[in-house]
Amino acid sequence: MIKWSRFIGFLLIVVLFFALALPTYNGIWGGITLGLDLQGGFDVLYEVQKGTNGEEVTPEGVKATLEAIERRVDKAGISEPNIQKEGENRIRVQLAGVFDQEEAKRMLVKTAELRFLNPAGEPVAYGKDLKSNAKYVTDPNTGAPQVAVEFKDPDLFKDITTKYLGQPLAIELDGKIITAPTIQQVIHTGQAVINGQKDAKEATELANLLNAGALPYPLKEISSFRVSPSLGEEALTKTMYAGLVAFILIFAFMLIYYRLPGLIACIALVMYAYLLFAAVNFMGITLTLPGLAALVLGIGMAVDVNIIAAERMKDEFRAGKSTLSAVIMGQKRSMPTIIDANITSIIAGILMYWFGTGQIKSFAVAHIISVLATFITAVLISRLMLQLLVRSNLIKNPWWFGAPRKKGAAAK
Amino acid sequence: VRFDIVKNRKWYFGFSILISLVGIAIMLIMGLNLGTDFEAGSRVQFTVGKEFDEDELAKQFEQGVPSVEVSSVQEIENHGAVVRIAKKITAEEENEILAYLNKTYENADPQISSIDPIVARELAEKAIWAILYASIGIILYMAVRFEYRFAISGVISVLQVVLVVVSIFALLRLEIDITFIAAVLTIVGYSIHDTIVIFDRIRENLKHYKVKTVSDLENLVNDSIWQTMARSINTVLTVVFSAGMLYLLGGDAIKHFSLALLIGLITGAYSSIFIASQLWVTWKSRELKKA
Repeated sequence: MIKWSRFIGFLLIVVLFFALALPTYNGIWGGITLGLDLQGGFDVLYEVQKGTNGEEVTPEGVKATLEAIERRVDKAGISEPNIQKEGENRIRVQLAGVFDQEEAKRMLVKTAELRFLNPAGEPVAYGKDLKSNAKYVTDPNTGAPQVAVEFKDPDLFKDITTKYLGQPLAIELDGKIITAPTIQQVIHTGQAVINGQKDAKEATELANLLNAGALPYPLKEISSFRVSPSLGEEALTKTMYAGLVAFILIFAFMLIYYRLPGLIACIALVMYAYLLFAAVNFMGITLTLPGLAALVLGIGMAVDVNIIAAERMKDEFRAGKSTLSAVIMGQKRSMPTIIDANITSIIAGILMYWFGTGQIKSFAVAHIISVLATFITAVLISRLMLQLLVRSNLIKNPWWFGAPRKKGAAAK
Repeated sequence: VRFDIVKNRKWYFGFSILISLVGIAIMLIMGLNLGTDFEAGSRVQFTVGKEFDEDELAKQFEQGVPSVEVSSVQEIENHGAVVRIAKKITAEEENEILAYLNKTYENADPQISSIDPIVARELAEKAIWAILYASIGIILYMAVRFEYRFAISGVISVLQVVLVVVSIFALLRLEIDITFIAAVLTIVGYSIHDTIVIFDRIRENLKHYKVKTVSDLENLVNDSIWQTMARSINTVLTVVFSAGMLYLLGGDAIKHFSLALLIGLITGAYSSIFIASQLWVTWKSRELKKA
């Protein structure tokens, strides 16, 4: 009567999961990008102001400024910076981890400084001498990518090209040489092309950097948020610890109150946690404190799915059903409730993501992922596991379900 | 234990109206303690590490960093201090403050945030819209899946929960910041979740019960509530485990968040049983009387 194949199927799911999870969870956890509230750092929102001579802010100008900032952050060796354009003329800079915060902030707001250096390293021209219309073009003959530049004063450029003909003219932005083309001929018009870029992307980048140097837009800080690294680390360890204790309490409660479905719920919960962090890692989501809180709270929702189903099974036992049909009917009857409850949660999550900003978005993403993970683990996998166990005929006694051992429960 | 929940519904309504009035009064009298996410200016949070006097600290702070004018100092958990500056500080001033704090206090762990008035208003507006749209989305879904009476009763009970949480935060002078909004959003989600489980049972029982009189309807709702009672209590228990542990062990950054959740989840469980379902019975029985 006992169908061992079903029982082995159940064991296989559990063993396979742990065989997958145990060797990989360290890597998954380590690969997750933590928000700056969890590892310290700062988040600054800048508004790009009009140029020093009242030049209007153009979309190209914002882009050029953004690339100049990226350049500076890279130079400072800060890992994984997050620099994004927001709205029309705002730039958000998020720098996380341990670094000299004061120096970094000073460096960010510094306006771009572009210099042309002769072979001896002396400046011969500055950003203000260049027109801010550098752009990517292709060589009419070979089709190779190039950057077209133009000097405001053709005579100045003529002097330079005459004096250093055949020698390299280094172009330096914020103390770092971005390119050093060799002067191939004397130029009278002030117009020149710089070649040697690998592709269109590289040429566009160079053009943007030159423009940022030619017309530097000042930045105004409109919001800023900074957390010291030790504080962020403390928040992370404490939240994780709280999550662990909550896990243990829920485990104990589920095992004592719901017995077998409780045990299955616990296994599904471990799978849920693993799947969640794997998804966060895989999708490259930055985990912030509200996000982490959403995940820890998602545990409650995942357990709820199991509680709803287990209570339904008890109802079926009370109605005198056999173990197998009580489990199947209980699972079936609880389905509409679970679907309705979770769909409303997802709707709320999507709308929050749509209309929210920053931290609310981060919370919403974590929330949506956790509802999806709940569906996979608490609905699909835990049902499968329970059915395999019951169909193996190893478990028949309603005691395993916390249901009263009453009338006709074993009758088939 | 089993008693007639539906019969006493006038008492719950009375209780809820009273609580709402008290809550609104608290908010009007005490105002909300808005964090820098929603109020322009700068906020400096750090650890003092020992007992201190708020006025004294403000004086010292202004002496240490002469260019800023402190508008308020508030003591928080673990001998921490929150210094508010009404005018948004500049990046240089921020560095001065940092240098001063690190020089004056051991392990100050400063956390500084500043916001421009325009951005503060944008954030607040977006947060409110996010909640509003989320509520409308939920109402629409419930109206389609159930019926509009369920949807409206559910949302009224959820709004009551939000009101309770916000007014308790006003009473305790706790900061309303963006994480608080995230907590409110979670509460909205959970309360609706709770309500749907009961409504779902009512809907299911409507198929099997013959409802002819108001007392039939009351019986049906009473049965539905008791049938889902074990689930209601157990789910709240597990969520309270999570939120409670976050509150007790989760560190300062997340304390207010978890407190809001704890209050909201317990109130939410109460109001799904004692408000949402009762509103529906009252509404539905009116229609029954008319027919």
